[in-house]
Amino acid sequence: MAEPALALLPLKNPVSNPVIAVNVSAEQGTSLWKDAARRLKKNHAAIAGLVTVTVIILACLILPSIAGLLADPNLQNLPNKNQPPGGAHWFGTDHLGRDIFSRVLFGGRISIAVGLITTFVSITIGVCWGAFAGYCRGAVDAVLMRIVDILYALPFLIVVILLGKTIEPLTSKLTEAAINLVAGANADSAQVNTTRTWIEPITTLVPLFLAIGTLSWLTVSRIVRAQVQNVASMDFVEAARSLGLGHLRILFRHILPNSMGPIIVYTTLTIPGVMLLEAVLSFLGLGVKPPNSSWGILIEEGSNRMLSNPWLLFFPSLFFSLTLFSLNFLGDGLRDALDPKSAKD
Amino acid sequence: MTRCALFLLPALLCLTGCQKETQVEKANRDGIFLMGNSSEPKALDHQLVTGVIESKIIGALFEGLVGDDPEKDDGLPPGAAASWEHNADMTEWTFRLQPEGRWSDGYRVTAYDFVFAYHRMLHPDLAAPYAEMVYPLKNGEDYNKNLRGRILLHANVVPGVTWEDAKDIAFAGDAKVALEKGAKWPDSTTDAQRLDFVKGTGLDALGKEALEWIAADLTRYPWPAGFDPVKAKSLVDVMAAKAGDDLFELANVGVSAPDELTLKLVLREPVPYLPSLVRHYTWFPVPQHVVLQHGKISDRFTEWSRYPNLTGNGAFKLKIWRVHDMIEVERNPHYWDKANVGINGVRFLPIENPYTETRAFLAGQLHTTYQVPSDLIKEVKKKAPQEFRQEPYVGALFVRVNTTRPVLSDPRVRQAMALAIDRQQLCDYILEGYFPATSLTPKMGSYEPDKILTFDPEKAKQLLAEAGFPDGAKFPRFTMLISRPSARASAEAIQAMWRRHLNIMVDIQNKDWGSYVSAQQNLDFDLAAAGWVGDYLDPTTFLHMWTEGNGNNNTGWHSKDYEALLSKAALEPDPAKRLEVLKQSETLMMSAYPILPFAWYSRNYMLRPEVKGWHPLLLDNHPLNTLRLER
Amino acid sequence: MFRTLFSRFLQGLIVLFVLFTITFFLIKALPYGPFQSDKAIPGHIREKIEAYYGLNEPVYVQYGRTLGNLLKGDAGASMRLEGLPVTDIITQAFPNSIQLGVVAMAVAVLLGIPLGVFAAWKKNTVFDYGAMMIAMIGICIPSFVIGPLLAEKFGRDLEWFPVTGWSRSSPLSWILPAITLGLASAAYLSRLTRAGMLETLSQDFVRTARAKGVGELAILTKHCLRGGLIPAVAYIGPAFAAIISGSVVIESIFAVPGLGLHFIKAIETGDTPVILALVLLYGALIIVANFVTDVLGVWLNPRLRSSR
Repeated sequence: MAEPALALLPLKNPVSNPVIAVNVSAEQGTSLWKDAARRLKKNHAAIAGLVTVTVIILACLILPSIAGLLADPNLQNLPNKNQPPGGAHWFGTDHLGRDIFSRVLFGGRISIAVGLITTFVSITIGVCWGAFAGYCRGAVDAVLMRIVDILYALPFLIVVILLGKTIEPLTSKLTEAAINLVAGANADSAQVNTTRTWIEPITTLVPLFLAIGTLSWLTVSRIVRAQVQNVASMDFVEAARSLGLGHLRILFRHILPNSMGPIIVYTTLTIPGVMLLEAVLSFLGLGVKPPNSSWGILIEEGSNRMLSNPWLLFFPSLFFSLTLFSLNFLGDGLRDALDPKSAKD
Repeated sequence: MTRCALFLLPALLCLTGCQKETQVEKANRDGIFLMGNSSEPKALDHQLVTGVIESKIIGALFEGLVGDDPEKDDGLPPGAAASWEHNADMTEWTFRLQPEGRWSDGYRVTAYDFVFAYHRMLHPDLAAPYAEMVYPLKNGEDYNKNLRGRILLHANVVPGVTWEDAKDIAFAGDAKVALEKGAKWPDSTTDAQRLDFVKGTGLDALGKEALEWIAADLTRYPWPAGFDPVKAKSLVDVMAAKAGDDLFELANVGVSAPDELTLKLVLREPVPYLPSLVRHYTWFPVPQHVVLQHGKISDRFTEWSRYPNLTGNGAFKLKIWRVHDMIEVERNPHYWDKANVGINGVRFLPIENPYTETRAFLAGQLHTTYQVPSDLIKEVKKKAPQEFRQEPYVGALFVRVNTTRPVLSDPRVRQAMALAIDRQQLCDYILEGYFPATSLTPKMGSYEPDKILTFDPEKAKQLLAEAGFPDGAKFPRFTMLISRPSARASAEAIQAMWRRHLNIMVDIQNKDWGSYVSAQQNLDFDLAAAGWVGDYLDPTTFLHMWTEGNGNNNTGWHSKDYEALLSKAALEPDPAKRLEVLKQSETLMMSAYPILPFAWYSRNYMLRPEVKGWHPLLLDNHPLNTLRLER
Repeated sequence: MFRTLFSRFLQGLIVLFVLFTITFFLIKALPYGPFQSDKAIPGHIREKIEAYYGLNEPVYVQYGRTLGNLLKGDAGASMRLEGLPVTDIITQAFPNSIQLGVVAMAVAVLLGIPLGVFAAWKKNTVFDYGAMMIAMIGICIPSFVIGPLLAEKFGRDLEWFPVTGWSRSSPLSWILPAITLGLASAAYLSRLTRAGMLETLSQDFVRTARAKGVGELAILTKHCLRGGLIPAVAYIGPAFAAIISGSVVIESIFAVPGLGLHFIKAIETGDTPVILALVLLYGALIIVANFVTDVLGVWLNPRLRSSR
């Protein structure tokens, strides 16, 4: 195979020309972001994605908060179960006669929150871990990567069961404290109950998924490591090193920006995984508690009834897929926009 | 690459073409019954399992004294025994075995095999989890619990000491002495440690060395005040001499074989339903010659119960055993009634996922399924109305209450919660085909319990107010445990009913199976959605568990009156009167509401029309040997 | 080369030992044990059973004994499927999982990588969006939805493939489970390949090559594919190890007797010998897979060789 031709160093590339990179670093902040925003605006798929995601997130955040707008997502009406979409129930009713539209919106809050938090934690850890391993190489790399090997093979399910058991007392204290804080100490039981419906999922899920985020960064770290190794072997890094730039600076300023593509992609791929993981964990008593729901649980429940009542599966899946499609196109657009090498476009 | 694909395509198409005959059609030609059986059996040694899954396969491989009637629950056709009789008070039974009875390796099935089986079942070292089932045999419990002192004294082998003299001795040890888990005699080196060890362990469980150490200085054991040291010495000497011995003979367990084909059972109390009881697999024989060939009587899980060694006396013998894949049995050429076996074999498929199982059935891969999930009932009724079966089954679903929790300890609260469950709605809309429970025990034979449970939200509210929670105010927030996704819908419905009718909010928490079971057994829960399926057709299979200390009680509730009624029933030889007493006991227990039953099971499953000789049965023990497959 | 191999082998042994230790104590911390059936086993009998398996001994004694037995090559017997030797479980179920995993991975690679390369080539066009939409379906529709749908359509309606069941000798029975299992990985692979390719395509040497007049297809396959595959290859290693050590969802939907169900059931019941054996097996696979990935990474990026 032919070695890539490396003779020419195009002057426009700020990274591969270390002199420029060093010099412009002061004013780089504003112009880089401005450029990125400008490039992003031109990308129609990314903008469509951004709009869709925003609309869905806002709908899930705002609509359920407006009193009386949506049906109670947990109000059962057994004789009215499994109604197809239409009339009073836009998305139909589920196997207990509950309104699917409100359940999808209420569930969206939990799924989106869980998806974003966990992904943020796991990507942050994974990127740093992988970057250090890939950049340092040698013994550091070996130790870091063997730890990854161990974590890979640990029985995740057992860890989660034990984690849930450990965290449970903590979260229940947190819940009570949060309710007291929000509803006030002398609130009556009705007030406490309404406050609880939205506070409890947050106080129980957030700590758990923070914890899960700290366990699910393994593949990211391996991808980043491979990518960093690849970039670090390129000539401009050698050049930067010969100029005496610090290691951290080289790593975070020069190597990581050139590895953004796979990182962004893997981020958008982690989100759906985490959302579905939440549904699995709820069957271990760790996810959202019944009667509350999430997209993952709605999809899981719907999948069991998809032959006779397809709308039970269709609407939650639609919201889930729309969100993820949009995030992916947005992610691709962001990657293009942030690419230091596409400045010329 | 392309050429390769071109070559593969016709091959694939041909294979698809050959598939046109479904597996069921092929099986019909071969006379093989394809049976969905939900999951992999824990094992096939029927003395060491407790499940329902196992019973189907064991029923094909082994045969009890009394057979299963394909049409009636109370039919008692001959099985391994050709006939039986009992004495006037139903405490002594004599079974005459089939003269042509043979194991699948051709050896004769003798009464000695049964004696050996019950000996093994009760052997303390085998630790059969379901040994309780054969406790009706006289002295069986003493032997199984290894009450050595009691057995030796009753057998009159201790010179100069009778049971009356010695009954105050702490044979079981002093529970107050905290011994380290797994403490052993050789670990105790100092005298203080040894004293603690013997005191905490008790005479019954001490080994030879420890007993001899006591014999050397009798003050080393805490004898009851004023116990004659001579008697103590005599007792310890005998116990040391017999230490480690199997006391089966001395225990005089109520099973014997006067001759090769006669089995005599002596019971500790009248058991009018014994013929029905011995249809349970815990009473099945084991082949003495095979078991002993692969290990001692007390060895758990030796090769004897694996392919190809497993030898049974049933209509079929083991042909293939692939874990999580399938178990196939074929005709037993030595079966005494082989002329009347209608099929050539059975294939048990452990398909865990009921949706997958139903799909496999609809695609012609199974003759019958284990269960149809309630989500699919509507769909299946439409697609295969002829094949769908819905039959009553002796099982109940209930909410178990931890009556040791504050507030839940108030019977009025429990009653209020029971009254606020709309069972009719649950069964109409969620548990389709199930029946609204009015008590715990479903109707079986001539037993029908009083109707205790009703739906009465007004009265429920009133009771809750009396208990100090008018309109649910300040009612603590309890958590209801569930363990299976399929339990979620009914739990959510009950949660909503309590909220609507009592204005109380109960949390639902899904737990993994292990944590769910252990939380209940440790009384570390508030409420739990649970179920129970009867093992045999007698109400005691539902009632015995609510006694004090029973491992399946797990409610913290017990009552001396209740246990007195159960004992009274146990001693009552007249079947009708006995059922009457049991009914009283059930009413007493249900009126205390330690459990809140809400539905009686129905079995929803699929069955192909070409299967003949399959009739609705309450216990669902369909004898497989009488099935026929129409081509 | 030999030195690297030897060093990685030693590292692997340490990893396995640490893995064994952590897993063992995790299992012992579970709030339940193997002899907790729904029908409670009476206390005196449970004690006997626990004594029989040495579960009444202090945890460190159990640890030492288990480790010793394992070093002697005795993995013990299952406690859930009581008495079934762990080696029997692995020899029966592992070949099925390997077979399923290899076919699934083939589906994933053959579908995912070309799709990703194609999308990168036609970047930001309708073709790119179309290809990525297809890829996203594999991620957005979970396997517990795709599996039953495929089984209903191609199994029950069209009768092309059996809806459930597994036969080592009949490739027809592998197809639906393998596709269901492979789709998600295919989606990941195509997304990662696209990203890696774009990253490489924007490198300077590509511009040089273009300037030299090298054809677009040649740039794609000859110059960029190696560098573009780096993220995908990093993903394949652990994914492959995970796939061939069993997937409980797919096994449940298609009634495949693989390792996944054993593993989940073993955890549900605290079946120590089976959990330990399967964790170590998976650990070994991960070590090997990651080693192979690293070797492949060096092959994909020749410059790493000189600097190592």
